[in-house]
Amino acid sequence: MGNEIIDDVAREGDDYKYGFVTDIDTDIIPVGLSEDVVRLISAKKQEPEWLLEFRLKAFRYWQTLEMPRWAHLNIPEIDFQAISYYAAPRTRSKSKTADEVDPELLETFDKLGIPLAERNQLAGMAVDAVMDSVSVKTTHREKLASMGVIFCSISEAVKDYPDLVKKYLGSVVSYRDNFFAALNSAVFSDGSFVYIPKGVRCPMELSTYFRINAMGTGQFERTLIVADDDAYVSYLEGCTAPMRDENQLHAAIVEIVAEDRAEVKYSTVQNWYAGDRDGRGGVYNFVTKRGLCRGVKSKLSWTQVETGSAITWKYPSCILAGDGSVGEFYSVAVTRNRQQADTGTKMIHVGSDTRSTIVSKGISAGYSENSYRGLVKVAPNARGCRNYTQCDSLLLGSHCGAHTFPYIDVMNDTAIVEHEATTSKISEEQLFYCNQRGIPTEEAVGLIVNGYAKEVMNKLPMEFAVEAQRLLSVTLEGSVG
Amino acid sequence: MNALDQYIELYTGNAATVDSNSSGILNDARPQALELLKELGRLPEKGDEGYEKISVNDMFSPDYGVNIARVNIPVDLADVFHCGVTTASTWLGAVANDKFVPTQSLMRNLPEGVTVMSLAKAAEEKPELVGKYYNRVASAGRGGATLALNTLFAQDGVFIHVSCGVKASKAMQIVNLLASPVPMMVVRRVLVVAEEDSEISILLCDHSRGEVGCLVSQVVEVYAGRGSRVNICDMEESSEATSRMSQLFAEQHEGAELKISGMTLLNGTTRNEFYIGHKGDRAVTRLDGMAIGNGRQHIDNFSALEHRGDHGHSNQLFKYVLDGHASGAFEGCITVDNGARFNEAYQSNRNILASCDARMHAKPQLLIYNDDVKCSHGATTGQLDQNALFYMRQRGIPLTEARMMLMQAFMMDVIENVGIEGLSERLRHLVEKRFRGEDMMCAECSARHGV
Repeated sequence: MGNEIIDDVAREGDDYKYGFVTDIDTDIIPVGLSEDVVRLISAKKQEPEWLLEFRLKAFRYWQTLEMPRWAHLNIPEIDFQAISYYAAPRTRSKSKTADEVDPELLETFDKLGIPLAERNQLAGMAVDAVMDSVSVKTTHREKLASMGVIFCSISEAVKDYPDLVKKYLGSVVSYRDNFFAALNSAVFSDGSFVYIPKGVRCPMELSTYFRINAMGTGQFERTLIVADDDAYVSYLEGCTAPMRDENQLHAAIVEIVAEDRAEVKYSTVQNWYAGDRDGRGGVYNFVTKRGLCRGVKSKLSWTQVETGSAITWKYPSCILAGDGSVGEFYSVAVTRNRQQADTGTKMIHVGSDTRSTIVSKGISAGYSENSYRGLVKVAPNARGCRNYTQCDSLLLGSHCGAHTFPYIDVMNDTAIVEHEATTSKISEEQLFYCNQRGIPTEEAVGLIVNGYAKEVMNKLPMEFAVEAQRLLSVTLEGSVG
Repeated sequence: MNALDQYIELYTGNAATVDSNSSGILNDARPQALELLKELGRLPEKGDEGYEKISVNDMFSPDYGVNIARVNIPVDLADVFHCGVTTASTWLGAVANDKFVPTQSLMRNLPEGVTVMSLAKAAEEKPELVGKYYNRVASAGRGGATLALNTLFAQDGVFIHVSCGVKASKAMQIVNLLASPVPMMVVRRVLVVAEEDSEISILLCDHSRGEVGCLVSQVVEVYAGRGSRVNICDMEESSEATSRMSQLFAEQHEGAELKISGMTLLNGTTRNEFYIGHKGDRAVTRLDGMAIGNGRQHIDNFSALEHRGDHGHSNQLFKYVLDGHASGAFEGCITVDNGARFNEAYQSNRNILASCDARMHAKPQLLIYNDDVKCSHGATTGQLDQNALFYMRQRGIPLTEARMMLMQAFMMDVIENVGIEGLSERLRHLVEKRFRGEDMMCAECSARHGV
């Protein structure tokens, strides 16, 4: 009974409300990728010589690589020479106050629910808004600066805090890490830079909102977060793109360093355009995210709600190097229509007494393929490590796929590593129970799915939890109810 | 070094000798195997997909002799009756390296409808029957280069056939004895055909006592017909000098019940692969594995279980206890095909690392293409329960004894699942001896071998 209704609603329309295009004059460089393009990007951003060298090294290395094919994904051939690697909204030079930002851009971000104008700014959150290749505005900077917190776009950080950027850029994700890391290191545009000094607890949530607007471009942002000793920060990332028939590439790098007793909480609500119901268009989201818990008793927590993108390929990871450090990964990945996702995490236990928790919830609907892939590795000298992994998959419809690929490598006898995975469809009993009490099937499915994802949703910061919950129900609206 | 080249060279130079010492059906499969090997160009290397911790190339690279001319190598068949798990409740047969040796009692006592004989001889005497099944279940395409290499050199092995509706009252025990004065690769093939509604239990035991390094390449093909019940326990109790590459391929038809246990009690380097496919509805599979390793042993188990029918059920349990510098790997994959409805598939892998140098790699996987399923897998790696150890020591049990008892208790569910009469008890005893570090031969054999 449930199946037919679920299949029926899965065929219903798409309602991606962020799919509009902002008609704004944009400075786009010609398509193609070469050393000249890398030099041009660097020149446009007026970068120092060392950064250009970094980019060129990465580009030369990238040329030696082939696109990896090991993921459980069907990725069409990508012509990397057919993409423009830099697009900036043509506007007045970046300003300190909202009034000086192009009203068109303000309106766009307002429409996306990200108010940049001073009067509308959310009290508890500072936002860095990035459109295509440049940062449009960063709010609450002065207030943060008074506490020593640096929150700005990475381009500004290169100019204003070159020593810090030089010290940490590429220290967690080397340009030699993988194909897309090399590509990003060569052509990265804007992104956010966060530095929390020793002993400071960041007074508000920091947030970056990424928007792809221009056609024929990709987005290659780079985020670097450094939490010094005893610091705390909660960082949120959101993203959307217009609805187009072409596929757009998003290949980002996020690097996080947590020093002694520092804590970083990184939350993502990923809502790139996922393509239409036949799989036309959508963003290819190939991201390298990694955190290094370098200090003792440091903590890094990744929370992600993945609802968008035609293809998602990302594994936010923790290198638990400091003794007693803690890594967490909470994920809800929803795929529907023809979406594909191969996502999970890596927990590398290098220090002793390190702990990690992985909770992954996959929901597949329509003709989508959803895979969890995770690595838990305990190094030979890491004593007393503990890992708990739980990954559940929920299947809605008989044409979708849910897959699990955990890798467990234990090289120390004092480690305790546990992995559990289940795959099933929505329980007929639960549906029947809801129906019996007058709840229509569509609504019941929504209820059950929300309950299923609750464990992860609860880990999101308040501001995002509401948004994510709504997003989850909107996403599933087309699929289940 | 590419190990495959030496074997391709050996075959192409001696194809006539290989063929003249075997039978037509086995020979017919060789050209295709050779083609595939040439196409693949190499054996799997460590790090290849599915071979994370073992290099098949390294296993095959020593310069092993292959007895293609079928020279008679003397093997003391008395070992069959003295060693390992022989029980009174089985029909006993022996395989010396790859040559089937029928025992008088086996031939006399086999009931009607049950055939156990040399594969080469069966291929000559019953060409239609053997030809119908030989290399068919295995050639589904997943055995890759390792299967092709076995097919290229296989000259003999065992053929077991149970006719429609025949229920074998006792278990069949085939003791494989490995003995050679020089390093040798033994290529063995076992074909089990259980026709509709038949029942058979088979115990395959690998023994070797030699100090000479040998490699066993074994392929077991199991055809489980409609409503049949097949129980196979494949046990290895060899030596640290032995390498073993074993592949088991099984095809289950409607309502067939298959139970497989892979036991590695003592070994050198072992890779066991289990490929099981449900071809009909309501097929039931139970796949268990047990591995006990110390020294520098390596035990690698791989399972691929594919549900293609409706209402199928499968349950897998693999347990490892690794001590010393031993390393273990488990990779298991459950696939539920699109259109295969109402399947239940469970997989569990539990490991104990008993020393700081032991290593374990686990990769359980689920590939689900249908929503009407109940599937789960679990993997844990840890140590013995400290509270349990403390409890036992409090009650006067010495630490080593307490550890031994807990390790044995840990393996009990796998041992009890074997389901062959009398075998569980013998296994429990063998496992206890293994954990105590005692020689697993009986006193009589130890004396004969001067151990």
